[in-house]
Amino acid sequence: MYGVYTLFYKEVLRFWKVAFQTVLAPVITALLYLMVFSHVLEGRVKVFEGVNYTSFLIPGLMMMSVIQNAFANSSSSLIQSKVTGNIVFLLLTPLSHFELFIGYVAAAVVRGFTVGAGVFLLAVFYAQVPVHSVSIVIGFAILSSGVLAVMGMIAGIWAEKYDQLAAFQNFIIMPLSFLSGVFYSIHSLPAFWQKLSHFNPFFYMIDGFRYGFFGQSDVAVEISFLVVVIALLVLSVLTLAVLKSGYKLRA
Amino acid sequence: MVANSAVSVDTLHKRFGTLHALKGIDFSIAQGEFFGLLGPNGAGKSTLINCLAGLVRPDAGRLSVMGHDVVTEYRRTRRLLGVVPQELVYDPFLQVREALQFQAGYFGLGKENDDWIEELLTTLNLADRATTNMRALSGGMKRRVLIGQALVHKPPVVVLDEPTAGVDVELRQALWRFIKRLHTEGHTIVLTTHYLEEAENLCERIAILDHGAAVALETKSELLARGICRSLHIFASHKIETLPDQLREKVQHINGHSMELRLRKDKDSIVSVLDTIRDAGIDIIDIQVEEDRLEDVFVQLVGEGGK
Repeated sequence: MYGVYTLFYKEVLRFWKVAFQTVLAPVITALLYLMVFSHVLEGRVKVFEGVNYTSFLIPGLMMMSVIQNAFANSSSSLIQSKVTGNIVFLLLTPLSHFELFIGYVAAAVVRGFTVGAGVFLLAVFYAQVPVHSVSIVIGFAILSSGVLAVMGMIAGIWAEKYDQLAAFQNFIIMPLSFLSGVFYSIHSLPAFWQKLSHFNPFFYMIDGFRYGFFGQSDVAVEISFLVVVIALLVLSVLTLAVLKSGYKLRA
Repeated sequence: MVANSAVSVDTLHKRFGTLHALKGIDFSIAQGEFFGLLGPNGAGKSTLINCLAGLVRPDAGRLSVMGHDVVTEYRRTRRLLGVVPQELVYDPFLQVREALQFQAGYFGLGKENDDWIEELLTTLNLADRATTNMRALSGGMKRRVLIGQALVHKPPVVVLDEPTAGVDVELRQALWRFIKRLHTEGHTIVLTTHYLEEAENLCERIAILDHGAAVALETKSELLARGICRSLHIFASHKIETLPDQLREKVQHINGHSMELRLRKDKDSIVSVLDTIRDAGIDIIDIQVEEDRLEDVFVQLVGEGGK
């Protein structure tokens, strides 16, 4: 157990030592989005009943930050270790593939959670956000950052160069997170785009998370929960199999 | 497989695409032995070591450390092995002491191991750099941290993959002293090196790999005895000008009062060669005989290209 804890702690320390870049910068980015979008769109976009646009936007931006930072943590750590070669320090140890998985994923969840909490703590000075259920908010934050942490592991193991990782981030993670309802309720979309949104797993993360704040959502929170849990399980099983096979890590 | 072997390699095969990197390697290393693994670039030394460390998965055959299989009992074998990788890798986020502490942590060792870490820092001459970031260290210091990281969990078997490559003479000698000390303290040492002089000085037994196969596996003295030639240096009282015909082809060079002859151990008797020289009117005042060194035997076994 101490071995996993060491990896987890090192991974947390890795982003915490450069918290300016890994925590504060994404918090500021999210707040800039909040200021610009709320200024331009407040009163123009119809969201949930009795919820103003700025309040609606805050959980969306929180979850977007959680998603992007959880992914960034595990993926960038892995590719950096691979490129610099220091991954060997982990591969030489008795840590099992499961322990490596837990260490990387847990630290990425902490980063996602920390950035999300940072956005919340500053955003509440800007607009009021009710909290309908703390456990649903925390539950979705953890599960969703878990899903992205696992995706980050897959990307980090697969990518051999930084531009491959950037492609994964720019062509998969960014579009899926931007088009998941961060800035709007999917009910405001034309029928085709509404349907399409249902195939985006990130939509369920944001929708369920938002339910935790407003007690309202585009789909039933149970469905969102189920989708996120299934995504986490499927991706975890896949990643564990990849790790066990030694794919791109052990020749 | 030898029962009390530290490392046992049993018909090990590894292919990388069309390259057959290891072609059924077979040998074992006794506990407490100082073992050298030599061979030209691409001979398979690092592949073999990486198989042992679990960084490369063998295609066929078996590898064990202190009797435990490196694939099925990897948790056990990785605790028994300390591997110093060939590349100068480091984690740029960590300071020297942190690098050692985290490495120990991965092996499940916490605060109880701190005394050993301090001892390693002192022994490796890194104590005053303990809080320096890894990025700020010189190449030699990074190499010492790598050795520290390999020893942090007190492994009985230490594998050093070309630890002195690109290291200056002073540090190389310091590393030799340190490795010798580890050996005296009971560690089994497996050393790969390009410096044949290093292997000759340190190793008790040597395996020479070439193109993925072991071309020699014997004790250092057996290996040295394989040398088929020796050099005879002659020092004369006056300038050497004429030579008997039967010696002409054996002469390597003549330099005023001295000359060097290359003699076959099996064919050329030193006494008769000396008699021939004297008969030719050369007044010998001193002679020196030099046996073939490991380097000569190595070249003999793997060819000039291997050097």
